[in-house]
Amino acid sequence: MKLRAATLAFCFALLAAGPYAHAQPATPTELPGDDPRFEQRFRELTEELRCVVCQNQSLADSNAPLASDLRREVREQMNRGLDDKQVVEYLVARYGEFVRYRPALNPLTAALWGGPFLLLVLGAAVLLVRLRRRAQQPEAALSAEEHALAQQLLAAGPADKAAGETREGGK
Amino acid sequence: MIPEFGQLALIVAFCLALLQGVLPLWGAARGDARLMAVARPAAHGQFVFTALAIGCLGYAFLAHDFSVIYVASNSNSALPWEYRMSAVWGSHEGSLLLWAFLLSLWTVAVTVFSRSLPQLLLSRALGVLGLVSAGFLSFLLFTSNPFLRLLPPAPDGRDLNPLLQDPGMIFHPPLLYMGYVGFSVAFAFALAALLGGRLDAAWARWSRPWTLAAWVFLTLGIALGSFWAYYELGWGGWWFWDPVENASFMPWLTGTALVHSLAVTEKRGGFKNWTLLLAITTFSLSLLGTFLVRSGVLTSVHAFATDPRRGLFILVLLALVVGGSLLVYSVRAPRMEAGGRFGLLSRESMLLANNVALAVVAGSVLLGTLYPLAMDVLGLGKLSVGAPYFDTVFLPLMAPVVFLMAVAPFVRWKGDGAGRVARQLVWAAILGAVAAAAILALVANAGWRSALGAFLAVWIVAAAIRHLAQRVRAGAPGAGLATRLRRLPLAYWGMWLAHLGVAVFIIGVTGTRSLESQSDVRLAPGETATLGEHAFRLAELRQVQGPNYSATRARVEVSREGKPVAVLEPEKRMYHVQRMPMTEADIDYGFMRHVYVALGEPVDDRSWILRLYVKPLVGWIWGGCLLMALGGLAGAADRRYRLRPAAAPRAASTGSAAPPASPAGAAARV
Repeated sequence: MKLRAATLAFCFALLAAGPYAHAQPATPTELPGDDPRFEQRFRELTEELRCVVCQNQSLADSNAPLASDLRREVREQMNRGLDDKQVVEYLVARYGEFVRYRPALNPLTAALWGGPFLLLVLGAAVLLVRLRRRAQQPEAALSAEEHALAQQLLAAGPADKAAGETREGGK
Repeated sequence: MIPEFGQLALIVAFCLALLQGVLPLWGAARGDARLMAVARPAAHGQFVFTALAIGCLGYAFLAHDFSVIYVASNSNSALPWEYRMSAVWGSHEGSLLLWAFLLSLWTVAVTVFSRSLPQLLLSRALGVLGLVSAGFLSFLLFTSNPFLRLLPPAPDGRDLNPLLQDPGMIFHPPLLYMGYVGFSVAFAFALAALLGGRLDAAWARWSRPWTLAAWVFLTLGIALGSFWAYYELGWGGWWFWDPVENASFMPWLTGTALVHSLAVTEKRGGFKNWTLLLAITTFSLSLLGTFLVRSGVLTSVHAFATDPRRGLFILVLLALVVGGSLLVYSVRAPRMEAGGRFGLLSRESMLLANNVALAVVAGSVLLGTLYPLAMDVLGLGKLSVGAPYFDTVFLPLMAPVVFLMAVAPFVRWKGDGAGRVARQLVWAAILGAVAAAAILALVANAGWRSALGAFLAVWIVAAAIRHLAQRVRAGAPGAGLATRLRRLPLAYWGMWLAHLGVAVFIIGVTGTRSLESQSDVRLAPGETATLGEHAFRLAELRQVQGPNYSATRARVEVSREGKPVAVLEPEKRMYHVQRMPMTEADIDYGFMRHVYVALGEPVDDRSWILRLYVKPLVGWIWGGCLLMALGGLAGAADRRYRLRPAAAPRAASTGSAAPPASPAGAAARV
């Protein structure tokens, strides 16, 4: 978190050439529109896109001037009637795959998207094998030493037993 | 002079760490009690000298010694004293020193609270801790010395990064590191058990409170970091799936699995291999977290560590720890497995499922975190793996874990009937389904995630209440309700609170996700914007001077249906030295909702963009984490971990020729 904060600050520092350099944006300040459904869609879309000059920030969150420009771009493309997918494609064409926070599924990302599923299958297999083995395993016999100890414990008084008692239920 | 003193202290600490790492392990192998006896004083000495070193660095910061490079890079004469103190861990070298210091602190704690441990086990554990410490201290001395001088001295320092000038900086890194480093104790106990070839319920009983304590620190550290990001970064998010966050989340996941696995090892003598593997994995992931954050592989533009030697050093250290411990594991572990039979539906099978599922989740997070790095290293292009990916993957994997969490406490050890368990949970399921249906029907933009969240939260709470009621009913006959509640063991309350904390956390996440309203508005002084039922009036804007920054401060009067709710004063700060603008959001913290205002940018001479949020239930996210931590604390404080001193003489009386088989171990299998 600390590093994230720090890099973010660096991102600001890079872009703010002087104090409040971004206070007078070269382009007009972006202002939210009136249609709440459009705004909702806009927000969800910009959360899936990366501010390409920041360390790790979405377009929706970033205060960097470039992010502001890109948001305006997204708004424009949406107004032109492009759907979400087309807007993303438009940005990927200009800024590369790096702009997507949800990597596209292709041969290079097959392991990324398939990995968790594979892990799940593997985990389930391990679980099943272990459970079956355990369910069929014969009761473990006590060693002579353990048996003697158990006898000793059973014979001992309740106060003594408390120390060795294992309580059930505590997770 | 003082910095040289600190440097000397580090060297002495390193030598002591080597002694502590080598002699007791050697002594344990040869059965030489004199060599083993070195462990304790060496650990104490090491603590004294690392404390001296970090004290010297702190002094250099307080005294504005800008002839020390590290101080000159991270402090300034105008920096308030509390941030000069926390600037000690504001960057790479100091964080590592904090790491080493906390490790020696944990080690001393082990020597103090584990007097009843068999000497062999304790010597081995302390030896392993000494080796880890020697690794970190050599890293400090050879590649990351915080005491290097700058000649001639800088007239003034470059200041601490403004984002770190926050109370969060004082507490978050030490808490997080206490968690990271604390898992080294579980790791050391695991290796000691492997080296000794002996792992019984008594071992689990020694390891458990240590593991729980580390887990509590890590939980608190992560939660505090998340809260800090929430109020500091100014866009109201609380988790970003940033690699740095994932780095702390992965050991948390496996640490959670470890806590549960240890329960089985303690009570039933089973899952020994799992427990050992999880202890090794959790500490390795803690190291990996340090590596990821500190080596600069995350293309940190802030360049915590641009020096490739450092990255290489950590990588070698990581390889030694992971490789070495896995080697010991592979040679020794097959002899360890034991434990009785258990049915397909049993407490054991539930906890095993928990273990496997949490490991799968941790593996997936690891995959998503390292994938872009691997792509980059292999020259396959730059890729972003962000929140949308992790949300997609995490939810389906984690939901079953959370679902089973409510079931497991009802299931008996060894074996149980599905019908019996299901009958007890019917009502929880019905209530959960009603909650899911209600949120779908009543909340406009609620999707399947909100419905799932509502179901799981209610399901857990209902099941937890039912389980508590059962335990109370089974309590001592004739005793009153209060007495029965009081007589429940602390460990039970720990489990209960921690599980309830998960539900509270889910309520927070679901509530914010589905009920939040947000708006960016342009306001001039005197103007009002509305967001849902809340009205925000920008009363005034004025310039203020801080100790090392100047700021524009807005005064925003928030009202609801005409009644005043709060006056919020968000700021936009400009720090003088680093010329960096900072957003300071202001929040009205309510139990049921937060009202959050952040200053965006000025539009013209008069008006500014303001970012407004109303975030229902968001505080429950951290409330849930606090409950989890409280649960962990209660678990660690359970009576049976404090019974050790009384039990020790008896165990010793069974004879020293045959190492005392723990009474608990035998009893658990009877």
